[in-house]
Amino acid sequence: MTAHAARPLPAGSTTGIRHDAAADAHADVARAPRQRNHRRRKQIGRIVNRAVLVLLGLVFMYPFAWLISASFKPRGEVFDNRLIPETFTPQNYIDVWAEVPLAVWLMNTVIVTALAAVTVAMSSAMVAWGFAYFRFKGRGVLFGFVLATMMLPGAVTMIPTFLIWNALGMTGTLVPLWAGNLFGSAFYVFLLRQFFLGLPREVFEAARIDGAGNFRLFWSIALPLAKPAFIIALLFEAQAAWTDLMTPLIYLRDSETFTIPRGLKALVDQFGFGGNWNWEIIITASVITTLPMIILFFVGQRYFVDGIATTGMKG
Amino acid sequence: MTTTQRIPPGAEPAGVPAALDRTISTESGRELAPPSKARRRASRRNTLAALGFISPWLIGFAIFTAWPIGYSLYLSLTDYDGISPAQFTGFDNYARLAEDPRVGQSLLNTLIYTALYVPSHIIVALVLAMLLQRAGRSAGFFRTLFFLPKMTPAVAVGVLFLLLFNGQGGLINEALGAFGIPGPYWTTDPAWVKPGLVLMSLWSIGSAVIILLAALQNVPKELTESATIDGANLWQQTTRITLPMISPALFFLAVVNTIAGFQTFTEAYTAFFGAGGESFQSDAALFYVIYLFRQAFEFFNMGYASALAWVLFLVIMVVTAVQFVVSKRLVYYEGDQK
Repeated sequence: MTAHAARPLPAGSTTGIRHDAAADAHADVARAPRQRNHRRRKQIGRIVNRAVLVLLGLVFMYPFAWLISASFKPRGEVFDNRLIPETFTPQNYIDVWAEVPLAVWLMNTVIVTALAAVTVAMSSAMVAWGFAYFRFKGRGVLFGFVLATMMLPGAVTMIPTFLIWNALGMTGTLVPLWAGNLFGSAFYVFLLRQFFLGLPREVFEAARIDGAGNFRLFWSIALPLAKPAFIIALLFEAQAAWTDLMTPLIYLRDSETFTIPRGLKALVDQFGFGGNWNWEIIITASVITTLPMIILFFVGQRYFVDGIATTGMKG
Repeated sequence: MTTTQRIPPGAEPAGVPAALDRTISTESGRELAPPSKARRRASRRNTLAALGFISPWLIGFAIFTAWPIGYSLYLSLTDYDGISPAQFTGFDNYARLAEDPRVGQSLLNTLIYTALYVPSHIIVALVLAMLLQRAGRSAGFFRTLFFLPKMTPAVAVGVLFLLLFNGQGGLINEALGAFGIPGPYWTTDPAWVKPGLVLMSLWSIGSAVIILLAALQNVPKELTESATIDGANLWQQTTRITLPMISPALFFLAVVNTIAGFQTFTEAYTAFFGAGGESFQSDAALFYVIYLFRQAFEFFNMGYASALAWVLFLVIMVVTAVQFVVSKRLVYYEGDQK
C-alpha cells in the first residue's frame, strides 16, 4: 500500500497517505472532494448492483409464481397471466389426486429416489476408498477407466443395458431405475476419492495399529470423516433420480409403475396434446412434482452449493 | 468443501500419471514404515482388500459399460428389432444413416441448438456471477434465487416452455407486447422453436453461476486491486485479469455444456413428442437424441439406433478434442510454465 501512496488511492483506504514533502496543503484540498466523489460513485454502483439483482431475481422467480398462481385458478382462467388469481380456488389440488394416480406415482418416485441415492452413495464411497487408500498395481490405469466412463454418452450403452434388464425380466418394474447404482457411479467415485485424498493418512495408520481391520477402517473412520462428500452424492443423485424422464420412458409401460416425471409426461400427452386440454391438472401436477426438489434444496443448500463449486474447480 | 488442499509435494511416485495414481498421503509426505519382507507379504493381502472395495465398480463396469459398448458396436452392424434374432448387415445402417434426411435434420437442429446454448449460457452465467460477486452480504440470497429453477424437473421445464412461450397470450409475448414488440410464435414457428428452447434453458442456469462465482472468488484480490491502482477501468480489469484467471472454469463449462447440448432431450421431448403423437412443428425440435430414442424404443430399430449412437459419440469426441486443442491457447492454468 505504502509504495503507491503518491497515486490516487483505491476507494475505502482513506488513510495511508504518508506525509510526503511534496504533498502540500494545495494537494490535500484537491484530494478531499475527489475522495468524496469516489465514495459517492461507489455507493451508486452498489445501488445499481442491487437494483439489477432484484430485477433479475424477480425474472427468475416469476415462472414459479406464474405456475403456482395458475394452479389455484379455475380452468377458464389458467392462461390469463394474472399473478393474483381472479377466482382463487384450491379445487385443482383436490381434483388432481382423483383424476390421475398421482399418489402412486409419488410413492414410486420416493422409492426409486431413496434406493438410487443410498445405493450410489454407498457403493461409490466404497470404490472411492479402494482407490484412495490402498496401493496396488494398476490403480492408476483403473482409475483412468473410471474417469473415461464419464465421457461416454449414455446413448451408446442405453440399448444393450435395456436388453440386459429385459433378459432378466425386469422391464416394467422399478428395478432398472436404481439397481445400476449398486455398482457405483464414476462422478461420485471421483468426488468421494478427492475428499478421501484430503484426509491425513496418519489417522488411518493409527487406527490400523489399534487393530482396526479393513472394513472397520472404512466404515467407522473413513466414512464418517467423508460425511460432507457422502451427503453431496446423496443429494445430487436424489435430484437426478427424482427428475429423470428418459429411463422411466424406456422401462415403464403401465401407469401404476410410473414415476412422477413419467406420469407428468403422460398427462401432457393425454390432457395437452390429447385434446382434453386439462392444463390446470398438468400445472398442478407440475407444482407437486417440483415442490419436493425445492424442499430438498433448502434442506441441503450448503452441500448443493459446495458440491457444484468443487465440480467446477476440478475442471 | 476443502478437498485437495493437503496433498504434500512429492507424494506421488515419478513416472505414473500423478493425478490418477494417488493415495491418501501422510502430512509429511513420508512413508510411515520402511518396506520389509513382512510388509511385502502384507501387500498382497492389501491388494485383495483393495480389489474387494473396488469390486462393485469392476463388476458394474464389466456388465453396464464394457459389455454394452461392445454389444452396441455389434448391434450397429445388424438389423435388430429387439425380439427376432439380429441379422448381420455389415455397414448398411451407417450407409442408411448417411442418406436419412431426418438424421441430417436432427443433427443440424442439435448443432444450431448447441451453438446458441453454450455461448448464451456462459455469458449470462458470467454476468450473473459478476453481479453476485459485487453483492456483498446479499450474494447468498440472490444466488439461491438464481439456483432454485435448476431444481425444477426437466419435464416441468418442458411444460413451462409450452405455457410461457405460447404464441397467443403466453407470458413472454405479453411481456414483449408491453414494450411494443410483437412476439413470435415460439412453440409453432419452426424458426423460433430452438431460440425459444434456449431462452427457456437459461432459466436453469444455476449451476454455471455457482461455478463461476466460486472461480471469481478465487481470483486474488491483490491482482484486481493493483490493476485499479494502475488505472485500469472495469472493462480492462475484466478482460485482462478476471477472464484469464477464471478461464479454466469457463473452459470447463464450455466442454460440459457442449456435451449436454448435444444430448438435449427431455424438455423438447416433453413439449413436442410422445404418445399424444408428434405435434406438427416437431421437425424443428427433432434433436439427435430424440430421433435416436424414437428409433430405438418407439420404432424398435435397435440396430439402426446403435449406429446413430456411435455417430453421436464420434461427433462429441471430435468436438471435445477440438475444444481441448483450442483451449491450449486460451486457457490459463496457474503454475503453468509457458
